Amino acid sequence: MLEIHDLHASVNGADILKGIDLRVGAGETHAIMGPNGSGKSTLALVLAGHPAYTVTRGSVTFDGRDLLGLAPEERARAGLFLSFQHPIEIPGLRLDHFLRAGYNEVRKSRDEDEIDVLKFDRLIRAKVKETGMDAALTKRSVNDGFSGGEKKRNELLQMTVLEPKLRILDEVDSGLDVDSLRSVADGINRLATPESATLIVTHYQRILSYVVPDAVHILIDGRIVRSGDKHLAAEIESRGYDWVTEAAQPAPPSVAPTAGQS
Amino acid sequence: MTSKETVRELAAQPYKYGWTTDVEEETAPPGLSEEIVRWISAKKEEPEWLLEWRLRAFRHFMKLLEDQQNPTWANISHPPIDFQAMSYYAAPKPKLELESLDQVDAEILRTYEKLGIPLQEQKRLAGVAVDAIFDSVSVMTTAKETLAKQGIIFSSVSEAVREHPELVKKYLGSVVPYSDNFYAALNSAVFSDGSFVYIPPGVRCPLEISTYFRINAEGSGQFERTLIIADRGSYVSYLEGCSAPMRDTNQLHAAVVELVTMDDAEIKYATIQNWYPGDADGKGGIYNFVTKRGKCAGRNSKISWTQVETGSAITWKYPSVLLQGDNSVGEFYSVALVNGRQQADTGTKMIHIGKNTSSTIISKGISAGHGNNTYRGLVKILPKATGARNITRCDSLLIGDQCGAHTVPYIEVENPSSSVEHEASTTKVSEEQVFYAQQRGLSADAAQSLIINGFVRDVVKRLPLEFAVEANRLLELNLEGAVG
Repeated sequence: MLEIHDLHASVNGADILKGIDLRVGAGETHAIMGPNGSGKSTLALVLAGHPAYTVTRGSVTFDGRDLLGLAPEERARAGLFLSFQHPIEIPGLRLDHFLRAGYNEVRKSRDEDEIDVLKFDRLIRAKVKETGMDAALTKRSVNDGFSGGEKKRNELLQMTVLEPKLRILDEVDSGLDVDSLRSVADGINRLATPESATLIVTHYQRILSYVVPDAVHILIDGRIVRSGDKHLAAEIESRGYDWVTEAAQPAPPSVAPTAGQS
Repeated sequence: MTSKETVRELAAQPYKYGWTTDVEEETAPPGLSEEIVRWISAKKEEPEWLLEWRLRAFRHFMKLLEDQQNPTWANISHPPIDFQAMSYYAAPKPKLELESLDQVDAEILRTYEKLGIPLQEQKRLAGVAVDAIFDSVSVMTTAKETLAKQGIIFSSVSEAVREHPELVKKYLGSVVPYSDNFYAALNSAVFSDGSFVYIPPGVRCPLEISTYFRINAEGSGQFERTLIIADRGSYVSYLEGCSAPMRDTNQLHAAVVELVTMDDAEIKYATIQNWYPGDADGKGGIYNFVTKRGKCAGRNSKISWTQVETGSAITWKYPSVLLQGDNSVGEFYSVALVNGRQQADTGTKMIHIGKNTSSTIISKGISAGHGNNTYRGLVKILPKATGARNITRCDSLLIGDQCGAHTVPYIEVENPSSSVEHEASTTKVSEEQVFYAQQRGLSADAAQSLIINGFVRDVVKRLPLEFAVEANRLLELNLEGAVG
């Protein structure tokens, strides 16, 4: 479904991604783990088409299409969804109006008829129930004044409504307490189908106890330095990132620079 | 407007009212003098008292001009205006005294049809009566007879001067005296036409009353005067629209609007202002220097201003309410958009005179491109206005980083029992917001439209439905491609 080959990307002239290779097949869940500043969020934003990032080398195909040649909205309509680490506030724009507009754009791109206000209202009410969000939030401005947890639930709601093929979850557990985390994770697991895939971008292993990955990749300084199964995540949790860095690099000349938390 | 191509065409040329009508016009020679004032008055066969009033205004204006009393306090800049270089009267020939449509120049009929305000009976908008003002004169007033059956007077001011001199004499200048300000003095001296509305006691006007102002002639200014009187217990909803050809010289539009409500009466006054704003570099466009004021003369009366200002090179206007009657209510709802090099200094004055008077101000300023937008408002509670209340909310939305938004509220309270609230906010349409919306499947333009529509909703929803759609469309058109 998603094939990333030798992907390099920079922002403001600084190289962040330095040659990523990754394949995610239908029905699979992959986790990208890495310390702060390793390029995890950049990878998520580059896949979604954020205009601040420049792809300097490499290719990405999504469902057989050249992803990098598509505008951000075309990627979304093709079924790529990014759950933002920091969802954006849009004061003055009602969440249900916003989501209906997006939903209809996705439908149009699939040659389906747009649905009207009443039908959408029924749909969103059902999905709100499914995701355990406060229904009143759908009548408020997008993320405006939402708590951290409400914003993350709102990402889940939008993902549930838009039914994407590829779900990219950037730090989905930040801002969630244990109970909310469990319920958001349940929501994510319910969306999994044999035809769709999930890419979890996370610093901590915590979410991976609830959404269990088929593969875990460690990203350090813009490169995937190690891949493994779910046990790799547990190892990171107990040992941190430093040992991977050391194992991946040739012996340092003198004092080893500490990658990892900075 | 449904096909994508049409949208693209419109985007390429955002100002779609910029053409001219090829019609022979009679234009006064450029220059301002007592002779010109007398000439205009004679042209309109006015009574002596009106000429005298004009001349007093003219002398007052010349004195202000001599003393360099032209207003400089607004947050706008433009080269000095040469009042001797423009013409103060332009009217299509032959002089139009219309009994029926057959006598209206076909070109002028086509003009209004193109503007979306067909005057022909079978094509008219349902539920709307229109006064069509072309340069200095009213060329047609529709639905007069229907309205007359209920005693409602709807005509051009020139006609009202002839047919109802007692009403005009009583109210003209009663809310905005000629000495009020620089441009009001100029308008009082040379005003050529405008709309006149009188709603008799207890009558609820069954139609939307509306005036459409079109500037066509080159090198002339437009100085219209509108007077609306709502007698005891009556109600009227009034809407004005305006547009002008694209020209690379600036033209002055200095109007005066006066509203009066008696006991228990209500006037709703809405404006969709779409004068030519000039090009992207700020060349050309209309200087829209307008004085609008309502007087709630009676108890429990209400005056409500709603404006959507998208056009003009410079807008300078403060639709205000004098809350004289006890329990009277004043409202001001405004959307002002500047793009390109447009400048707007607009707001309101709510003057609380009577007891338990209340006012609401909601101002939404949108700044894009190199536009500069200023909200300027005065809330004044006089000593006798016991229990007066005001709520003010000023929101600014910035698009891009070359534009400006300013809020200048003045609050003067002289009665301790009153309550005044002021809230203000400034937000920016950011690249991040647009990207977020794109990630949900919306195009950048659609995202921006949704954000703008959300921002102005509180104001636009107060317009009559068909005009609300028009207002949203204008906002979108004027901002096409501003983000992204």
